Amino acid sequence: MMGLLRGRLGTAAGFTLGALLLLGVAPAVLPVFSLGLLGKFLCFAIVAVGIGLAWGRGGMLTLGQGVFFGLGAYIMAMHMKLADASLFGGSGVPDFMSLYGSGEVPGWWEPFRSPVVTLLAVVLIPGLVALVLGLAVFKRRVKGAYFAILSQALAAAFAVFLIGQQATTGGSNGLSGFRSFFGFDLKDPNNKVMLYLIAAVVLLLSIALARQLMHSRFGELLVAVRDQEERVRFLGYDPATIKTVTYVVAAVLAGIAGALFVPLVGIISPADVGVIPSIAFLIGVAIGGRATLLGPVLGAVSVAAAQSALSSTFPSFWVYFQGLLFILVIGFMPGGLASLPSLIGRRGKFRTAASTPALPVAPAPASPAALLKPEEEAAMPEEARR
Amino acid sequence: MKVSVHKRAFLPLAAAAVATALAGCGSQIADPASAGSTASTGTSCVDTSGDSIKVGFINSLSGTMAISESTVFDSLTLAAEEINASGGVLGKQLQVVSEDGASEPTKFAERAGKLIQQDCTAAVFGGWTSSSRKAMLPVFEANDALLFYPVQYEGLESSKNIFYTGATTNQQIIPALDYLAEQGTTSLFLVGSDYVFPRTANKIIQAYAAAKGIEILGEEYTPLGSTEFSTIVNKVRDSKADAVFNTLNGDSNVAFFRQYKSVGLTADTMPVVSVSIAEEEVPGVGLDNVEGQLTAWDYYQTLDTPANKKFVAAFKAKFGAERVTSDPMEAAYTSLFLWKAMVEKAGSFEVDQVQAAADGVTFEAPEGLVTVNGENNHITKTPRLGKINSEGLIDTVWSSPEAVEPDPFLATYDWAKDLAK
Repeated sequence: MMGLLRGRLGTAAGFTLGALLLLGVAPAVLPVFSLGLLGKFLCFAIVAVGIGLAWGRGGMLTLGQGVFFGLGAYIMAMHMKLADASLFGGSGVPDFMSLYGSGEVPGWWEPFRSPVVTLLAVVLIPGLVALVLGLAVFKRRVKGAYFAILSQALAAAFAVFLIGQQATTGGSNGLSGFRSFFGFDLKDPNNKVMLYLIAAVVLLLSIALARQLMHSRFGELLVAVRDQEERVRFLGYDPATIKTVTYVVAAVLAGIAGALFVPLVGIISPADVGVIPSIAFLIGVAIGGRATLLGPVLGAVSVAAAQSALSSTFPSFWVYFQGLLFILVIGFMPGGLASLPSLIGRRGKFRTAASTPALPVAPAPASPAALLKPEEEAAMPEEARR
Repeated sequence: MKVSVHKRAFLPLAAAAVATALAGCGSQIADPASAGSTASTGTSCVDTSGDSIKVGFINSLSGTMAISESTVFDSLTLAAEEINASGGVLGKQLQVVSEDGASEPTKFAERAGKLIQQDCTAAVFGGWTSSSRKAMLPVFEANDALLFYPVQYEGLESSKNIFYTGATTNQQIIPALDYLAEQGTTSLFLVGSDYVFPRTANKIIQAYAAAKGIEILGEEYTPLGSTEFSTIVNKVRDSKADAVFNTLNGDSNVAFFRQYKSVGLTADTMPVVSVSIAEEEVPGVGLDNVEGQLTAWDYYQTLDTPANKKFVAAFKAKFGAERVTSDPMEAAYTSLFLWKAMVEKAGSFEVDQVQAAADGVTFEAPEGLVTVNGENNHITKTPRLGKINSEGLIDTVWSSPEAVEPDPFLATYDWAKDLAK
């Protein structure tokens, strides 16, 4: 009972602290440009929350979240393009269409002129695609590596499709050059702050949602499905339904993240939705700790921030570093950085019990952790709090 | 039971969070006419007080484009060093901030924003692919900053915030077509990578061909990076076209030329005119595969001008005797000197003053004298057809008698009327 109470209070306190940091401290301290960057990282974090549920809790290694991210992003981008075209051009035809296409807006773009349809579509289309896909896949009991390969192939196909449609999706250029967001001027720094705040609020809400799911009976079933799918089936539940629902939630989160990404970053292109970004989404989640609530969020934000900070100083080094970190975490710390405290704790016990030379396990993760000092510090208090 | 308790704890927090977010609203676009000119937020943060001035270089130093773009970075570095050695710009030494575009348009947009807003650079140089330029364009326009883009491209664009120092289509593709027509070519086969430059280039070639009575026997695209060309190469061979116009980019060229050769096609039987193979790419594609084939550019390392001799010597001295110089590298080198000349003419680093001073600024570039056209922010260039020689360098086989005025929208060509609506 005491523990339960402390856990609940702790969660509320943690949530409040996170909200204060994201909504109060960050906008006050950071310049607009950095705030925009942070907003982008938060979009990745929203995707990560979904992956944490699907992969960490549900065991579905989804290598194709870029598809849902891309659907949300392209839907939003199409709306913004159309809105800009009628607001500034007058003709109602996006600039790139008259340059490279027929100069006419294709029929399937038209619904996205409406802001309401757009907002609904951002949630519903990724959700529906995931629903159909999930039912088709999980009802047939496709799982493990087959599911991973399938989801990755989907991401690859999606990117190739977008590249091929130069006249209607902007091809490899993608969609960019947005000037307004639902009537708000994107040049105005206040509006950029607003976009950041929306992303932060959506992230907080998605964390809250993920927590509710994790701590509900559904969340327990999900873990059970991950660990012993057959037994859950014998108990009379349908694992396919449980997995599909989770997959849909993860897809919807990715779609919303994509829709927020577009006004924040100002561009969406096939390079942001294909195989590589889909895997990149996963790396942060794995490093942070996929089965925990905050691990994926902190992992996604820190990996994106580290990439932003390091990739310009060491352009080619970054890719290797990221790969190495991924291998080390998967190999030696499957629980991610979130499991670091317990790992250290266990090691301490070992040392007092028997003064054996350091376990081969321990020093290996210690080296990347040392390289990652700022991240580690960012991650630690969160972990300690929980 | 447990669930409901948690839910109650979160709801007020969430509501408060939404309220905070909505409180931060900024200006709305009410009047479209004024919206276009709403004072850009980029009140310049460029620091001109010290004895140095910051400039930004943005090139892909990682990813698929790194192999090409790092050469542009090298020549930009050389130009910056030369300018600093000769006293800088308006007496200020250039301080270079370099960013990696990582071959991703989104990264280019983000890093360009950093160079402008966070590093406060006076001008930015770089970009290669059309998608990187398209991604950066809105960033430079929104912040009212300057980008110098050094690569030949598909035209149909002009921004007051971008100076295009590479060739537009009437300085590369159209002269190449003129040359082929002059040589008696009556039929062409088009091969390209599937992205905006080849598609637009081929649209122009189709219009040109229709007007000049050249038959287009095929138009084939492959995804960027594709290496499977046996079907296409067979189609090309069976078409018996007089020549092939090649807009493939990157690694695809290796596979294309290898398979082209393997079905018995040669530069003598069916020449290939390439617009994306320069000195730098020849070793990668394999000299055996491309020797004798044609290229269309405005600059070759073998050009016999005093400025070029100086440029090539300086480049080799700095980066090694085995290194070669190519058209985009020369255009990048030139771009930094053009900016210097603009700033010195304006007597200021202010963007609007540099823009105002740009028209008519000249530079004795390695490719010859270039002049900035202030109307479309492109520069005059001298188109040259080249043939890849046995050393892997390119010999000029035809050169325009004089520098050609840039015409990005092909307004002076009757047959191109429908291209840029």
